[in-house]
Amino acid sequence: MSATVSPIREPLITGHKDYHRITEDICAPSERTPSLAWVIAFIVAASFLAFGIFCILWTIWFGIGTWNLNRTVGWGWDITNFVWWIGIGHAGTLISAILLLFRQKWRTGVNRAAEAMTIFAVICAALFPAIHVGRIWVVFYFFPYPNTRGPLWVNFNSPLLWDLFAISTYFTVSLLFWYIGLVPDFATLRDRASGLRKKFYNFLSFGWTGAAKHWQRFESISLVLAGLATPLVLSVHTIVSFDFATSVIPGWHTTIFPPYFVAGAIFSGFAMVQTLMVMTRKVLKLEDYITVEHIDSMNKIILLTGSIVGVAYLTELFIAWYSGYIYEQFAFMNRVQGVYWWAYLGMMSCNVLSPQIFWSRKMRRNVTVTFVMSIFVNIGMWFERFVIIPTTLARDYLPSSWTYYVPTWVEVGIFLGTLGIFFTCYLIFARIAPVVAIAEVKAILKSSGDQYAGKHAQDRHNESQETSVHESH
Amino acid sequence: MSTDNKNILFGLYDDESILLQAVKEAKDQHLDIDNVFTPFPVHGLDPLLGLSESRLHQAGFVYGAIGALTAFLFMTWVFTRDWPIIFGGKPYWSVPAFIPITFELTVLFASIGMVVTYFAVNGQGPGVTNPVLDDRITDDKFCISFDVSGNEDQVEPLKSFLESSGASEIRIKEI
Repeated sequence: MSATVSPIREPLITGHKDYHRITEDICAPSERTPSLAWVIAFIVAASFLAFGIFCILWTIWFGIGTWNLNRTVGWGWDITNFVWWIGIGHAGTLISAILLLFRQKWRTGVNRAAEAMTIFAVICAALFPAIHVGRIWVVFYFFPYPNTRGPLWVNFNSPLLWDLFAISTYFTVSLLFWYIGLVPDFATLRDRASGLRKKFYNFLSFGWTGAAKHWQRFESISLVLAGLATPLVLSVHTIVSFDFATSVIPGWHTTIFPPYFVAGAIFSGFAMVQTLMVMTRKVLKLEDYITVEHIDSMNKIILLTGSIVGVAYLTELFIAWYSGYIYEQFAFMNRVQGVYWWAYLGMMSCNVLSPQIFWSRKMRRNVTVTFVMSIFVNIGMWFERFVIIPTTLARDYLPSSWTYYVPTWVEVGIFLGTLGIFFTCYLIFARIAPVVAIAEVKAILKSSGDQYAGKHAQDRHNESQETSVHESH
Repeated sequence: MSTDNKNILFGLYDDESILLQAVKEAKDQHLDIDNVFTPFPVHGLDPLLGLSESRLHQAGFVYGAIGALTAFLFMTWVFTRDWPIIFGGKPYWSVPAFIPITFELTVLFASIGMVVTYFAVNGQGPGVTNPVLDDRITDDKFCISFDVSGNEDQVEPLKSFLESSGASEIRIKEI
């Protein structure tokens, strides 16, 4: 991949690395004993997880009456969290699949961790549809299996069932794609390890040797899986939006939902990637691989998708007014200035206004600003789903059934629990697996390493001859 | 993997540009390269080795087609033959409503099928152990290997080839 790269491109690997240094740097976090910071983070995350499990068991034992759901608010924090988590997952697939198709080299620094994030986020998301049905012990009724009740089949015309297929397919494909990429890197860890560790990584590495034909197949399957995952990721949030858009609730029954949800999903997902990457690169000392250039690129996507989301919000408002349909108009007036006005304000300011500071290159490249902004966007996107769901449901057609929904401690606890699941999984992942794709970073070294590309490239003039020989280590 | 042992002569190179040059020279001298191992996909290696294009994507198409047919025909059978129900005043055979699930199963079948095929043709899987010539091949070494079992007279000329083409280490290993 030493194709010509524009000299104005920033290098994506800094610190004058060679191949061996890359291996050493990226394998190091999983080879040393965990740091105190890791242990503390793990204990905190695991405690949240434990509390979440407690709240889930509480829900199952006493029923979903322990959530503050009632007529007319049938969906509260549960589906809000579901949509939020599934949206977060989307950035991982965007980075791993869509940016692969577009040949964006900066994806190599962040794709591994982003895909891991996708998988953990989908696990958190999938929890909510399962527990919100109330009787989780008959949740297998979701699946169209031959049964003794007729057989009575599920309703294949229902968006809720499409959602089941979309999310299970999405989870499976993401997992396979991620693992295919992990196999060569597990082999690297295997060949550096001894004893029990070697056995462990030998199992995980599936007997990878690095043969030329295997690499050829590896690239072939990566490309085709990327091609499959690209329409898949767009379909998943489209189908999630169908859960709302195909209903007849004013404020939900709109054709703008699919593109608006997809843009919002990528927006929130990139925010979560930034949250994780800023911490990961610092704690694991991977600043040379997840560079400011990577952060800058992701902030550009946050700015773009945040603005798309902003246009969608304004379009919704305009169309509600322009339709002349009073129920639609009321639904939106209620969002802006109804009892949940603070949620709408939070959504607008976090999602639409605050990302505008990323027009400034200086802000895009500031790690602290990026981190704070990523938290803002995560909060804003959570509010967006809250605005769409309980705000709308709390003001039904009959004013006599209007209500003000507040969650119970159980609902909040389950949400905290999913944060626990997410971070526990991520921390374990960061211990066991290389958080940066080793082989892929090596493959772009000759075109994007700082000794080959960018302002400080030493041998840019000799590059065409390709004769640079590495000194031995 | 194999029951009878093979003697493998191999050279390790320090950079992919030296490796590519060496492979080219080996092909020019009509040497029978057994395999080439690299720590990452090296572009330009496949045509030099004369590897034909992978047919995994064709397999993927077939799996995808099976997935599409499975989903679409199954839903058709359920709603027109097995248990027809009217939903929302729509026809029994409401094709547009079948599209999302048909799409999802197409992707699911294609992905699972391809991944299983990929590991199967690579001879890989959970817990499989394949012989590793050198631990640094997954780190920073590029390896060309020759199978010299049975013809020991080939060892010396191949060794001198590896040496002259810039290998930093040359060894024989029985696997």
